[in-house]
Amino acid sequence: MALEKPYKDVPGTTVFDAELARMGYHLNQFCMSLMKAENREKFKADQRAYLDQWPMSEEQKQGVLTRDYNRMIAAGGNIYFLSKIFSSDGQSFELAASSMTGMTPEEYRQMMLTGGRTVEGNRHLSEIKDGKLKTNASVEKK
Amino acid sequence: MAKIIGCITTTHVPSIGGAIAKKLQNDPYWSPFFDGFKPVHAWLKKVKPDVAVVIYNDHGLNFFLDKLPTFAVGAASEYRHADEGWGIPVVAPFRGDLDLSWHLINTLVDKEFDITTCQEMLVDHAFTIPMSLLWPGGESPPVRAVPICINTVQFPIPSARRSYKLGEAIGSAIESWDSDAKVLVMGTGGLSHQLDGERAGFINKEFDLKFMDSLIKQPDWATQYSSTELVELVGSQGVELLMWLAARAALPGPVHKVHSNYHIPISNTASGLMLIETVH
Repeated sequence: MALEKPYKDVPGTTVFDAELARMGYHLNQFCMSLMKAENREKFKADQRAYLDQWPMSEEQKQGVLTRDYNRMIAAGGNIYFLSKIFSSDGQSFELAASSMTGMTPEEYRQMMLTGGRTVEGNRHLSEIKDGKLKTNASVEKK
Repeated sequence: MAKIIGCITTTHVPSIGGAIAKKLQNDPYWSPFFDGFKPVHAWLKKVKPDVAVVIYNDHGLNFFLDKLPTFAVGAASEYRHADEGWGIPVVAPFRGDLDLSWHLINTLVDKEFDITTCQEMLVDHAFTIPMSLLWPGGESPPVRAVPICINTVQFPIPSARRSYKLGEAIGSAIESWDSDAKVLVMGTGGLSHQLDGERAGFINKEFDLKFMDSLIKQPDWATQYSSTELVELVGSQGVELLMWLAARAALPGPVHKVHSNYHIPISNTASGLMLIETVH
């Protein structure tokens, strides 16, 4: 029988679906407020107080305060909106992406420069043997 | 009647806007990407399109989760960019084409595409960066524009097949527009990339190249894939290839590949560029 959410079989991947869009509405709305320079300043001045203006869960707020993007995504954050947080921090998309992978920024950058994360071994949960996604882009195709 | 002269499909990674602002076009990291546009500039100078129909995905500047249309068509005389929060410069406004916008809206709804019409619409980097890439130099592009958005932010997203059909309908609508204009169709986004989760950095070069090739030989090839399969194959943000598919589907009759370029990486993304012209 087909899975109700077949995309759950893609490892290390969270598809922003209706369930997450409902859960993350205010988290994402907070993120979008950071498109205004004055709000970015207010947020930086007192992050907790700024976050408390939104009816977000404590889990979502802690995710933001600790800049744990995987935690924010699990709590309904969408990367396009979450990007406003790391941009406010002066971080690049590449640096933020690397923070979600368990790799160092330099390891991640090297992976991208050598062709990106490999396809083989990273398409289905059943391919993940040791709990980790494959990183070596130069894995030879059989 | 209006004439569709071809389509140009390109990546729209935000950091490209930063590279343009810092004039990094000849930097070793960036030149394999920017150099790819030289044949496109020559072609645009030769064919001089009057209007660009730009198919792209908004990332929250105009549509947030409060109101998120699956398909939206701009119907404004001017489209403005705004601060997207990541420090890329805000560019000058773009001229619209109200006649084509409303002709598209009327025709698409008649063909059973229940689009959202937008008489006010901000355009984000997915619109502005491709414009700057095609017409560099910082001046407003010498074309009127009609923005068309396809949702790829929130699932369910439209299927590849549905996006292809939208593209076909856009193409036949342009061709039935009572105008002498030469129309360029643009599709922006992709190619394979994933920005989030432990799988961030995912790239599928083999699929990307096959997809680009298919746009010449068998343009509906990618419509065989479900949205889930596309996430698996090209990454959770690589699904932006829907824009390429729709833009290609808008071209009538036989086509000719003028130019293509493919380079890994730009930031987290496999960058792609194609220029396909119609053969009249």
